[in-house]
Amino acid sequence: MAVKNPPQKAQPERDKKPERDKKPERDKKPEPNKIPQLDSQQAPDLITAPVFLHTSSLAIPTLKQLQADGELYPGAAVAPMSSELAIKVYTDMVYTRLLDERMVGAQRQGRLSFYLTCTGEEASVAGTIAAFQADDMVMAQYREQLALRYRGFTTEQFMNQLFSNVEDLGKGRQMPVHYGCRDLNFMTISSPLATQIPQAAGYAYGQKLAGNNACTVCYFGEGAASEGDFHAGLNMAAVLKCPVVFVARNNGYAISTPSSEQFAGNGIASRGVGYGIKTIRVDGNDILAVYSAAVEARKIAVEQQQPVLIETMSYRLGAHSTSDDPTGYRSREEEQQWRENDPISRMKNWLVKQNWWGEEQEEALQAEFREEILAQVKLAEKCPKPALGELITDVYETPPEHLLEQLEALENHLAKYPDQYPNLGYAHNQSQEAAK
Amino acid sequence: MNTPVKGQIPSNCDAPGSETAAMTTTKMNLLQAVNSALDTAMTANPRVVCLGEDIGKFGGVFRATSNLQHKHGELRCFNTPLTEQGIAGFAIGLAAQGSVAVAEIQFADYIFPAFDQIVNEAAKFRYRSGDQFDCGGLTIRAPYGGGIDGGLYHSQSPEAYFCHTPGLKVVMPSNPYQAKGLLLAAIRAPDPVIFFEPKAIYRASTGEVPEHDYELPLGVAEVVQKGTDITLLGWGAQMIQLNKAAELVANEGISCEVIDLCTLLPWDRQTVADSVRKTGRLVISHEAPLTGGFAGEIAATIQEQCFLSLEAPIARVTGLDTPFPLAQEKHYLADYLKIVEAIRATIGY
Repeated sequence: MAVKNPPQKAQPERDKKPERDKKPERDKKPEPNKIPQLDSQQAPDLITAPVFLHTSSLAIPTLKQLQADGELYPGAAVAPMSSELAIKVYTDMVYTRLLDERMVGAQRQGRLSFYLTCTGEEASVAGTIAAFQADDMVMAQYREQLALRYRGFTTEQFMNQLFSNVEDLGKGRQMPVHYGCRDLNFMTISSPLATQIPQAAGYAYGQKLAGNNACTVCYFGEGAASEGDFHAGLNMAAVLKCPVVFVARNNGYAISTPSSEQFAGNGIASRGVGYGIKTIRVDGNDILAVYSAAVEARKIAVEQQQPVLIETMSYRLGAHSTSDDPTGYRSREEEQQWRENDPISRMKNWLVKQNWWGEEQEEALQAEFREEILAQVKLAEKCPKPALGELITDVYETPPEHLLEQLEALENHLAKYPDQYPNLGYAHNQSQEAAK
Repeated sequence: MNTPVKGQIPSNCDAPGSETAAMTTTKMNLLQAVNSALDTAMTANPRVVCLGEDIGKFGGVFRATSNLQHKHGELRCFNTPLTEQGIAGFAIGLAAQGSVAVAEIQFADYIFPAFDQIVNEAAKFRYRSGDQFDCGGLTIRAPYGGGIDGGLYHSQSPEAYFCHTPGLKVVMPSNPYQAKGLLLAAIRAPDPVIFFEPKAIYRASTGEVPEHDYELPLGVAEVVQKGTDITLLGWGAQMIQLNKAAELVANEGISCEVIDLCTLLPWDRQTVADSVRKTGRLVISHEAPLTGGFAGEIAATIQEQCFLSLEAPIARVTGLDTPFPLAQEKHYLADYLKIVEAIRATIGY
């Protein structure tokens, strides 16, 4: 079999000009005589000579609906989005961008130990979460704070977690950005990558047994998809018919590792097909394409009780984390190209064209968000830390005897050296005062 | 301290829906007792789900899940693809959702691919979320231990790896009555439980087991035999070797107090310490290798708590610090003769 199609690269197409200049090749319908012989309907049942399928046999188009200037692609079948929903989605994206900027700043000032931004990938998260219901479970990685915001997580709640104070729902135990909220059906984040993927399959299986027409949406990055848990989770979800929508955020990098060093195949989407999972690849900077795909994906998951995979093609505009410096592994030119392809400005152009949004609203909104975030930072960092006793609660449902003894021993030790350890109630506050 | 006696129903144990008059027992082997516990749990609570490799229609490679799919349906007792990390992760998700997940790992030797899910996820689920989420409905069952010509990968006793993990409970029964009562308690415990079943005595260990629903308390050791001269401590299949050793040295006039720990995490320090304060001597025995084995934890704790009572060093009779061999299995194992020698040495110290 001759190679008739060039290999489909799953990496973000960094050198590509903005969409309006040139229609992407993937939008073209492949000509029938160029379809590689992979489709079982077209492939012969039997070959008598060793002909190998080419690695590019599976052509995967990318769904694009919205152009950079805010115009729809001709014929774009967009899932209806009311002005109310569109503005909510947009303002949550703007909020998250501002939150991320402010918190990176706070980390640089030493007020915060660590932070991770969603910058550049706001549409991938906002467009997907908007397609799900409030009782659908969200199992995320750590770059999906926007999904929490969408569901109503307050600035105060973000800050309480980031500053690990006594009001933190997680009781101050985890690193910043490891959010979780029972009331909002947002499963608590953990650092080990991809562990949530088979868990999401299991959670969704439980939802299927419960028969409540809810499903699970599970986020992860293209780097995490190299973990064994990705393989385990997708295969189990497919075989056991779990109503779960997997969202692979392919942002081109896992810390410093470009996706060309992450996989040799056709991105993450090609794997979904291999597991027998309905799969789509979308432009992750195109809010309408992401939303349209997610609406259909949820429908498939809930109505057909089976998993779906969405691969969102985007770019991690920010550093991996506040502990990372991308200048060591990628060029400013590359970043600049993607900055021009910003998902937020693309959506804004569309909103403006709909007459749903304007500059005045934008300025007022940004000022309001900035003020609110800064005010809550000040409150959260003054709030005391959780009490010493919380050190041993929730290890088990009820603290066993040996943990009670260990706490008692610690309390006795602290009573002997009261000045040698931070006062959980006020130490942080004092250090902040001293810093000023 | 509650010390359940075999074949009797401890007064503290639940027997929901059972009238005293209706309490009948049947002779079962350990495998049948496990099967009875799973059936009982699935019957009592429709949210109990069993999953694992080959556990569906086939009923498991050891037949522990025999007939469960037929009785409770394909949705509640099903085969998974062959992936231990997947089984553990899937079961954690099920439990977090509110189901009661009983996952089987075919051999404890193959639990290591699931180590990350068990240690980093299951064990820390409640703590890291501030009790917003938990996977307390999770139980992972796995046949463990040597004595079956299993070589390196059908013989291991990995309990010590898990006992180093706050948030887990680790349980190891030694007979059919315990297996059913402890497994029912494990399934219903509000914390994730690793339940290791001694496969060498799956069929060899038989006894009267109540047909009805009952639980044995987790975290409580069983004093199998009262004694005055020395305390022998073990768990799981090793209890057979300890009992045999105790019987042998009884002829020499040595009175052994034999304790079955039953739950390793959290373990019943009180019962062991009380016994050692009385006897002044302790021999601990397990199949797993010596270094880093759980006997080390017990020895350290007991010397700390019973320093003034100890009349001899605490002895550990365990497997060697080697992988589990095939041809030399009988030489490797901590059998009753090695325990007898340790008892004599400790008594004669």
